[in-house]
Amino acid sequence: MSDIHTSHDGASHGSYKSYFIGLIISIVLTLIAFGVVMTGGFSVPVMMVTVVVTAIAQVLVQLVLFMHLNTKAEGGWNFIAIVFTVGILGLIIGGSLWIMHNIHVNMMLN
Amino acid sequence: MATDTLTNHDAHAHDGHEHHDAGAMKVFGFWIYLMSDLVIFGSLFATFGVLGTATAGGPTSQEIFELPFVLVETFLLLVSSFTFGLAVLAQNAGDRGAVLKWLAVTFLLGFGFVAMEVYEFHHLIAQGHGPDRSAFLSAFFTLVGTHGLHVTFGLIWIATMFIQISRRGLDSVTKPRMLCLSLFWHFLDIVWICVFSFVYLFGAM
Amino acid sequence: MFGKLSLDSIPYHEPIIMVTATVIGIVGALVVGLITYYRKWGYLWRDWITSIDHKKIGIMYFLVALVMLVRGFADAIMMRTQQAIAAGGAEGYLPPHHYDQIFTAHGVIMIFFVAMPMVIGLMNLVVPLQIGARDVAFPFMNNVSFWLFAAGVILVNVSLVIGEFAKTGWLAYAPLSELKYSPDVGVDYWIWSLQISGIGTTLTGINFFVTILKMRTKGMSLFRMPIFTWTALCTNVLIILSFPILTATIALLTLDRYLGMHFFTNDMGGSQMMYVNLIWAWGHPEVYILILPAFGVFSEVISTFTKKRLFGYKTMVWATVAITFLSFIVWLHHFFTMGAGANVNAFFGITTMIIAIPTGVKIFNWLFTMYRGRLEFTAPVLWTIGFIITFTLGGMTGVMLAVPGANFVLHNSLFVIAHFHNVIIGGVVFGMMAGFTYWFPKAFGFTLSEKWGKRSFWCWLVGFYLAFMPLYALSFFGAMRRMQSYEQTEWQPLMIVAWFGAVVIAMGIACIVIQLVVSIRDREKNRDVTGDPWDARTLEWSTSSPPPNYNFAHLPTVHSIDSYWEMKQQPGGFKRELSTHFEDVHMPKNTNEGPILGLFSLIFGFALVWHIWWLVAVGAIGMFVTFMVRIHNDDVDYHIPAAEVEKTEREYHKRLEMQA
Repeated sequence: MSDIHTSHDGASHGSYKSYFIGLIISIVLTLIAFGVVMTGGFSVPVMMVTVVVTAIAQVLVQLVLFMHLNTKAEGGWNFIAIVFTVGILGLIIGGSLWIMHNIHVNMMLN
Repeated sequence: MATDTLTNHDAHAHDGHEHHDAGAMKVFGFWIYLMSDLVIFGSLFATFGVLGTATAGGPTSQEIFELPFVLVETFLLLVSSFTFGLAVLAQNAGDRGAVLKWLAVTFLLGFGFVAMEVYEFHHLIAQGHGPDRSAFLSAFFTLVGTHGLHVTFGLIWIATMFIQISRRGLDSVTKPRMLCLSLFWHFLDIVWICVFSFVYLFGAM
Repeated sequence: MFGKLSLDSIPYHEPIIMVTATVIGIVGALVVGLITYYRKWGYLWRDWITSIDHKKIGIMYFLVALVMLVRGFADAIMMRTQQAIAAGGAEGYLPPHHYDQIFTAHGVIMIFFVAMPMVIGLMNLVVPLQIGARDVAFPFMNNVSFWLFAAGVILVNVSLVIGEFAKTGWLAYAPLSELKYSPDVGVDYWIWSLQISGIGTTLTGINFFVTILKMRTKGMSLFRMPIFTWTALCTNVLIILSFPILTATIALLTLDRYLGMHFFTNDMGGSQMMYVNLIWAWGHPEVYILILPAFGVFSEVISTFTKKRLFGYKTMVWATVAITFLSFIVWLHHFFTMGAGANVNAFFGITTMIIAIPTGVKIFNWLFTMYRGRLEFTAPVLWTIGFIITFTLGGMTGVMLAVPGANFVLHNSLFVIAHFHNVIIGGVVFGMMAGFTYWFPKAFGFTLSEKWGKRSFWCWLVGFYLAFMPLYALSFFGAMRRMQSYEQTEWQPLMIVAWFGAVVIAMGIACIVIQLVVSIRDREKNRDVTGDPWDARTLEWSTSSPPPNYNFAHLPTVHSIDSYWEMKQQPGGFKRELSTHFEDVHMPKNTNEGPILGLFSLIFGFALVWHIWWLVAVGAIGMFVTFMVRIHNDDVDYHIPAAEVEKTEREYHKRLEMQA
């Protein structure tokens, strides 16, 4: 294991360019998300989809361009760790919402 | 021969190898810590998701969220994430002065973010919309406040790093710590993306 | 000045508590007196309290766990006694408010302060040795973890004498645990002892995860790791991903109680069902955190004492990984009756049953390893066989509980109690006792008395069946859990049988204590000079017992699973030759900051329980300053000179020669 490191000091090996591109894309995505909601001219489903998509996109942009996440550093364990964590979190958050929604419906709490 | 492996495997596995791994191991360990921190935030998001509509006759999210204010907060944190990146680049170039400069800029931007959040909280509480008003407000204050608390710890850490680097420069102790802090700071911006999207923007619809 | 704390907080009127406290006080004073008399404080501080040696930290974890086992068991036998007499209108000897504290304390202590430290203690002792490392990834953090855990232990025990403990059951379900229904400090003790020790556990999880991934010796690829290390890895994944949920959940309850928020209250939109949902999203992975390392122990024990490589190593690994994943999607089976409806219940019922499949794979692997092996019936093997039978039974009652329809009948009955004791005693306790017996010689350099180990096993096994089989039966007659008294006199005979079972288990615990005393007395006779008393297969047995603080003078190289065994099978056999060339060994230094951090966290927790705000500030600032001192401290490591390593190794070889 210990001889497959691709970098000695961990994950961060960016360039000015990558940070700058990351910043620009992030600003654009943020403006789209806020703009869609603040202008008020769109239906709720459209707003929701836009906000979710821009959020996911911006998270990915910052993971790659700011945090320099890739599938190779630390023998891939950085990547596996976050994929597994996000997957489990999806199950826990999704599961909780599903369970609590059903309970609320069945108990006529809403 | 397997027989002699236990006794005679030596020099090349020695010190130098252990040493240059130590910094990378810290950064990796910190990454794993961030994963556990992510789970804390995930739990709070799940709670907000369940309780977000439980207003108990109190104000709803549409009534209290002010998006322009949040947008400014967002840009403060986003730009601070970028300036921290510049601090890391300066570190890679071995430029201590630039590292300190960008740390200071990041600190100011982060401080501005926290100050705005404190103002928002104070404003809400003064209006009688404090966290004890309803389950929705409890969940809102806790989720956003936990993030704010993290940013505050980040500020303390930046200040500590500033002092350490100005005193001892960039060495094998301060460099890995800077990388950990950079991961922490970027991580907080990523959490904030989820906060403004799923709390503020969803709440304002 | 002292918040809610006053002299009235001490329960003078409770004779049981006062007598217990007096006994603890006398024993404690005796221990302190003896340490002082023999001038051992310096030794304790230098060699144990501030130690960052993973072996010593492991021993301390296990020692605390054994002491807390006695404490938790005292609660158990008090409950059994109460239920044996409180039938048909009789009130027994424990009033409800005391009985409720006892069953809460029993659960909390047994899970958090017995089972967890046993698991973590074994991991500490064994994992770095098994992977051929000299220490863990973050030795200082390891020490901090232990002292945070110790602070939690102390808080729980303080609640016995100052104030009271929670009366809510071990998971402190809301809204019962909310301020409105539990205005006393009991729940606050529960909150802060779990919160502080839980953070220590999370840090341990991160530490060992990184240790296993990053510190393995040359040649040890993932699929050459010993099974115990594999199970430890998966357990750490579970810790890292589930303990934060507990931290968050407890924090939300804390906000409800301290700042008047409404997460889980009855009014103002709070949802007590969300509490149940969140706490079990942690709670179910938690049971696998406990059982996976036990599976690892059994795998090591079986392959060592049959002298065979474990049957189906890869399937064992994948079964472990599958359980790790599945354990995150079954949590609703703890609250089928809460009202989520048929679709949700069906989903979680099925996922729960699926877990039985990888577990079954493991059972068959152990059986096939034994098949045609030369099984030696040592104490660890007895624990293992007892486990296979008992755990299989408990697993089957678990599958019964996983059927939502059946669960509606069995929920909150003694069936549940019988089931989880069936898997926790039959699985975790048996596993930890097997591991304790198996690795004790590695930690101390002499083997434990087989005779007393076997006696302990038989007492535990028989005691378990006597104590818990009646509970299965009683549940079918309608007996619920947590009854302080009951009307039905026809239940009483079985309750008395269960009480007798608890007494037999008490004898089992006594046997463990006697085993320790006898073995320490006869330690010269049972000395393990070679470091390999069982003719075992993994790397920890290739170094001396107890290992030097640097573990290996030369880091070993691994070529296969059971590499050490392969080396021993070489023509001419394995010889522990003295190397001619030694080098300096780089090691971390002891830390004063770890125990001091723990002390301040204890002050912090205690002050929060009693709302003594200035003391809260003292604790918080103390922790912060200690931490700052630590990060500005550069004097954290040192080199053991080659000459000293050589001297240690020469002494070891001299002992080897003398024995030969």
